[in-house]
Amino acid sequence: MRRLGPLAFERRLTPSRPAVLGVSLLAILAALGTMSIIFAAYGVPPLRAYAVIIKGTLGTRFGLMEVLRRTIPLLLCGVGLVLAFRSKFWNIGAEGQLLAGAVAAAGVALFTDLPPPLLLPAMFGAGFLAGAIWGMVPALLKVRLGVNDVISTLMLNYVMIYIVEWLIHGPWKGPTMRGFAYTDTFPRAAWLPLIPRSMVHWPTLAVGVGAAILVALLLSRTRLGYELRVSGESPDAAHYAGISFLKVSLVVMFLSGGLAGLAGVGEVAGIHHKLLPPIQISLGYGYTAIIVAWLARGSPLAAVVTALLFGFIFAAGDEMKVTLQMPFQVVGVFSGLILFFLIGVELLMYWRVRFLPKGEGWTGKAGS
Amino acid sequence: MDWESWVVSTLNRALAYGTPLLWGTLGEIYAERAGVVNLGVEGMMILGAFSAFAVAQSVGDPWLGLLAAAVVGAGAALIHALFTVTLRANQYVSGLALTIFGLGFSGLLGARWVGIPLANPLPKLTVPGLSQLPVLGPALFQNQSYLTYIGLFLAVVLWLVLYKTRWGIVIRSVGESPATADALGVNVFLVRYLCLAFGGAMAGVAGGFLSVEYRPAWTEGMTAGTGWIVIALTIFAAWNPLRAVWGVLLFSGLYHLAYRLQAWFPPEFLKLMPYAFAILVLAIAGLRGARQLAPGALGIPYTRGEK
Amino acid sequence: MQDIVKTFPGVRANDHVTFEVRAGEVHALLGENGAGKTTLMNTLYGLYQPDSGAIYLGGKRVRIRSPRDAIAHGIGMVHQHFKLVYPHTVAENVALGLSGAPFIGPARVVERRLRELAARYNLPVDPKAKVWQLSAGEQQRVEILKALYRGADILILDEPTSVLTPQETQELFKVLERMKEEGHAVIFISHKLDEVMEVADRVTVMRRGKVVGTKAISEVDKPTLARMMVGREVVFRLSKGVCQPGEEALIVEDLHASSDRGLPALRGVSFHVCRGEILGIAGVAGNGQRELVEVLTGLRRPRRGRVVILGRELTGQSPRKIADCGVAHIPEERIRMGIVAGMSVEDNLILKKHHRQPFSRGPLLNLREIRRFAKQSIEEYEIMTPSPKTPAKLLSGGNIQKLILARELSGQPGLVIAAHPTYGLDVGATELIRKLLLRQREAGVGVLLVSEDLEEIMALSDRIAVMFRGEIMGIVPAAEASLEELGLMMAGERRAKEAA
Repeated sequence: MRRLGPLAFERRLTPSRPAVLGVSLLAILAALGTMSIIFAAYGVPPLRAYAVIIKGTLGTRFGLMEVLRRTIPLLLCGVGLVLAFRSKFWNIGAEGQLLAGAVAAAGVALFTDLPPPLLLPAMFGAGFLAGAIWGMVPALLKVRLGVNDVISTLMLNYVMIYIVEWLIHGPWKGPTMRGFAYTDTFPRAAWLPLIPRSMVHWPTLAVGVGAAILVALLLSRTRLGYELRVSGESPDAAHYAGISFLKVSLVVMFLSGGLAGLAGVGEVAGIHHKLLPPIQISLGYGYTAIIVAWLARGSPLAAVVTALLFGFIFAAGDEMKVTLQMPFQVVGVFSGLILFFLIGVELLMYWRVRFLPKGEGWTGKAGS
Repeated sequence: MDWESWVVSTLNRALAYGTPLLWGTLGEIYAERAGVVNLGVEGMMILGAFSAFAVAQSVGDPWLGLLAAAVVGAGAALIHALFTVTLRANQYVSGLALTIFGLGFSGLLGARWVGIPLANPLPKLTVPGLSQLPVLGPALFQNQSYLTYIGLFLAVVLWLVLYKTRWGIVIRSVGESPATADALGVNVFLVRYLCLAFGGAMAGVAGGFLSVEYRPAWTEGMTAGTGWIVIALTIFAAWNPLRAVWGVLLFSGLYHLAYRLQAWFPPEFLKLMPYAFAILVLAIAGLRGARQLAPGALGIPYTRGEK
Repeated sequence: MQDIVKTFPGVRANDHVTFEVRAGEVHALLGENGAGKTTLMNTLYGLYQPDSGAIYLGGKRVRIRSPRDAIAHGIGMVHQHFKLVYPHTVAENVALGLSGAPFIGPARVVERRLRELAARYNLPVDPKAKVWQLSAGEQQRVEILKALYRGADILILDEPTSVLTPQETQELFKVLERMKEEGHAVIFISHKLDEVMEVADRVTVMRRGKVVGTKAISEVDKPTLARMMVGREVVFRLSKGVCQPGEEALIVEDLHASSDRGLPALRGVSFHVCRGEILGIAGVAGNGQRELVEVLTGLRRPRRGRVVILGRELTGQSPRKIADCGVAHIPEERIRMGIVAGMSVEDNLILKKHHRQPFSRGPLLNLREIRRFAKQSIEEYEIMTPSPKTPAKLLSGGNIQKLILARELSGQPGLVIAAHPTYGLDVGATELIRKLLLRQREAGVGVLLVSEDLEEIMALSDRIAVMFRGEIMGIVPAAEASLEELGLMMAGERRAKEAA
């Protein structure tokens, strides 16, 4: 216990829910504060910047829809990453898995003759599988050869980026696209329905919310979820309990990669309707989803909220670009700051502040 | 092309390509030897690349640019140190945050510098005498970067420091068993801060090399994953500065050999080579059991057990 | 040390403790596990800062903010878990953080003086050897040399005999005598009464963070000390029925296995355990006991040999298969391996059994059954926990061990493999756990007990096997075993006539 005037600070061994929430909010506020300095340094009065952001995102129907549109890929990738992080698999490869999903969806849309009602389900199925396979490679490498998961998942992002580049410049280049490195436009039956006057492909959103619920149930109610939690919390105990590390890793990365793959399907089938350069398919959703998942602290349902938060930040980035002529990189700066502050204030959760007027000493009771 | 010029240009370019990798890897080796993984190499490199370019362009001296890169890199690493050493945050996440932040911040600041060629890039070096040797002369001693030679020299010095001096024992002990070092009065936190800062400075210079010499201009995200390859090479080198030299040479040699295949493969495949190689290199390291050589306390924040 | 108070979350580890030691004496600090002895000494050594209280050295008040200060004041400490950098050489370990060492090539200079010191105090050790290659006894010598090299006047030894054979213990005591003659003050932390009576000049007894009293050894006897230490009369005997061995629960034949470093750790181990019998495996740590337990429970692959458990050939099978055949495993590292620290008591109670009826139905967990089982286990084994949902890491060591036993002994195992089951527990928990193991024996379960605590081995076992460098030196019926004979075997002497 330490004292500061009438306040007593006590260590506690497990953080309470309000403490987690409060500290997370504190981190976001601190990031906003730091961001103000950057705005000011960039010559934009911070208050004006925030006013523009709020008005442009939450103030209009269009703005709100933009937030939702950005939320979709972040949610799908984020839920998958929550799962991976719960089992301590450092999947930094959601970006590549997302692109793998986009490639598979484009392949199905462009090169199969499936009847229209089956086309979209087939695209989702293929996209999930492609992301899943792309995710299982690092799982195998880690379990069999001890290849660091951060590096392998990350490197596979680059590999997939260049595979997409190759496809759109080479074999899949659309004859109707002339000079552009695009594939042909998908047939109409491969377009996802949108919420009117918006770019929100609602079926993918529904899949995302459904995935969050299913993953939450998986973690809390199933044998597999139990094994996954044990492996993540204590690999030694998992080994002791006869839980197969290979199986858990493969299943986790199958699901995690697959969900990211679905996000890729949503982007190409819902918005672009073709395969195009990777930086246009994803604005780094796969990377930002890491923060979405980390902020959600292992809860797939909380990822819905944190994905919305980052959907808002992305939409804000667009707004700043258009209205304030700031580069879109502000999003990266802000995301990095939030992540920094989030982990920086983590220790705070383990302290409890109590009001203890002078004279009163140690009460002998432990912090709960 | 005859075989001689083929070998010469492959070696020559491999050295140039490998230089930032070597600087970055040497720095990361020191950070990890002290027990802290810094996944922020990519972020520190890009910040270094930007500040080197900005300073070199504004002041007109590329060496000052490199100095700025070192300072900025070290500064960025100190942020990582604050979070991971003092606040005991997860080292992976903090490093990722540093990379995300670095890429974003350099992009934000660098927006108006994009596409301007650097007025006076770092001069090339041709070693008198040695450059006249057949084959080896043009391959190793003509049109080389000062930084290549300094990097090789540093590798030897850093190896000596690590294995033959008092500091070396301290650094390695802090990474293997911080509790032991602490119990003997070593300031674990200070050692980790210093090693991280050193690693950051090295990464900064590595990034600076890219923007004031390798491709003397500023492009957004110009490090293009080099920082991640550095982390892979650190593991491949089994945390040994001399082995890092061989690791880097092997890696960049392989890369340039692959480049020779461009007649048969689409360019995109050549671009993805380094990343695929990085995974390959780690798989090889895994087969050789390199992970057992990892510092014992790597990735684990130290606290004095006061719970 | 005067009026030292040190609090951790939930516990007051030192409650106004006053303690003194004089030059030229061995002062024992006696108390149960968790009495606060180590905390007090960590405070003296600067690892902890006391909440209040003062430290005086030679009559002068000093503030010890870090081990660096402590070393400067001539205080040295040999921790129970050695503070050594295992991949480094002995000389490098000694040179670490040494202020007087030269910048370049410090190890070489240290080597020379180290040889002198080693000879003077009779602590032979090779300065060039890598620490991980040394035996526990040799590692302890390195620790003592490290402190002496730094000119320690006061040397703290935390449970130094726990890693030694009885003979090595005698040698250590001689070294302590020698140090006493040279005018050093030695603080000897222990919970073993015999040793304290033998080596100490004075003794301070601690209980639950407080000092019970300080006495000259000549004024006290064992029962008095025991009473001071535990706070009540202690009966040192467990009631144990006659052994009625049944069929063989475990047969091990010519077992070979490698250690983590790929060196041979088990070299042809053969023995058997019958139902209704406890076989104790004694030996100094690191002689293959850990690998043996791991091979038997499926955590490590044997290179050669045969394991038959409860009539089934289970050599090299998976941990799950072996557990499912009715093998309970009480692991050595209970917090790292035995529980999932961050998960609830409830979740921990079904570990290893989660995949079977009744806790799983198909792919789903049966939460109601899990809750019922948790409630029942908590009551039956008197696990003190605020709720079944409390993270297991918040329980005390004794309660964690009770949790593990509750889990492992449920579902009627045929063979129990217990590694260091009472290590670090207080007297109450120790008693309970020993009783539970004996009850298993009574119920016709075969028990393999691995322990470094000879007293425990002798009290519980029916037969005692001694391991040394991956081999069994001999198996003795417990009734015939003498401490001396076991000690010799622990040091590598093979037993002349092999008993059954």
